[in-house]
Amino acid sequence: MLFSYVHSLIGSALIGLASALYFVLDGRIAGISGIISGALKPPHEDRLRNAAFLFGLFLGPILYRMSAGGWPSAHYGGRLSLLALAGALVGFGTRLGSGCTSGHGVCGLARRSPRSMAAVAVFLAAGVVTVAAMNRLGL
Amino acid sequence: MTNAIMRLLVALGTGGLFGFGLSLSGMLDPKRVRGFLDVFGNFDPSLAFVLVAAVSVSAAGYLLSRRMREPLFERCFHLPAQRRIDRRLIEGAAVFGIGWGMSGLCPGLFFASLFLGGMTGQVFFFAVDYIDARLTPDVYVCTLTGMAALAVAIIGAPLAMSFRPEISRLPW
Repeated sequence: MLFSYVHSLIGSALIGLASALYFVLDGRIAGISGIISGALKPPHEDRLRNAAFLFGLFLGPILYRMSAGGWPSAHYGGRLSLLALAGALVGFGTRLGSGCTSGHGVCGLARRSPRSMAAVAVFLAAGVVTVAAMNRLGL
Repeated sequence: MTNAIMRLLVALGTGGLFGFGLSLSGMLDPKRVRGFLDVFGNFDPSLAFVLVAAVSVSAAGYLLSRRMREPLFERCFHLPAQRRIDRRLIEGAAVFGIGWGMSGLCPGLFFASLFLGGMTGQVFFFAVDYIDARLTPDVYVCTLTGMAALAVAIIGAPLAMSFRPEISRLPW
């Protein structure tokens, strides 16, 4: 158990290190939702850099697999229709609100941006209410 | 090497570090994320520790950046111009929070999970067995996770862009 806490702590520190390095070296905020939309639109150099970041992100679990010998555990559940709807809500909401857990959560809180603090408070509250409501409704 | 190439390599490397950290932290699991949001039920506080640790390390980087005139491989620091807390921010965060609560997935998890039996695993169906036979507990759920990831990139982004014409034009 302690072992998994140590892993978790190191993993979290690496997430922070990655976003710090992306800012100190490339001068960009490591917000995944922004990076996804940046990978889809011009100018070309930005598109390439965003795509490279996403490719790295995609390789992350594979690197983990190579070093740890197994895939990180993940449990997907719930109704498929809800999952699809959730995907669209996440995509729409993060673009409308200019950020997600990484952009507002990790980077925004780290640089103490008031906008990000407000966004994190709102999406945490919305998430808590949603989970509670789904549990109540038995979804 | 030119700075442009360094910028690309940095993006690739930090993206990989991010994905690796995400895997190691255990937060690639939507069930744990939903457990964190389940404050009134079966509460799992681990995401809070992950967030605090990640923010602390990241904050050190942002502090360091204040002592730098420019990033190492770029001409200037790119920060959001918008400073006001407006309706759009709150509405967007609320909509995201609902989707996040429903699925336990944020854009980072969507992307990092693509290989975990998501899109790649399903598109190259027979490759899944080659990579890891235990990878896909439920083929349909995984397919849909992949589709939801696509929805983030393909439906969500342009849909939001149509509400925010100033941020970009459509990619296609």
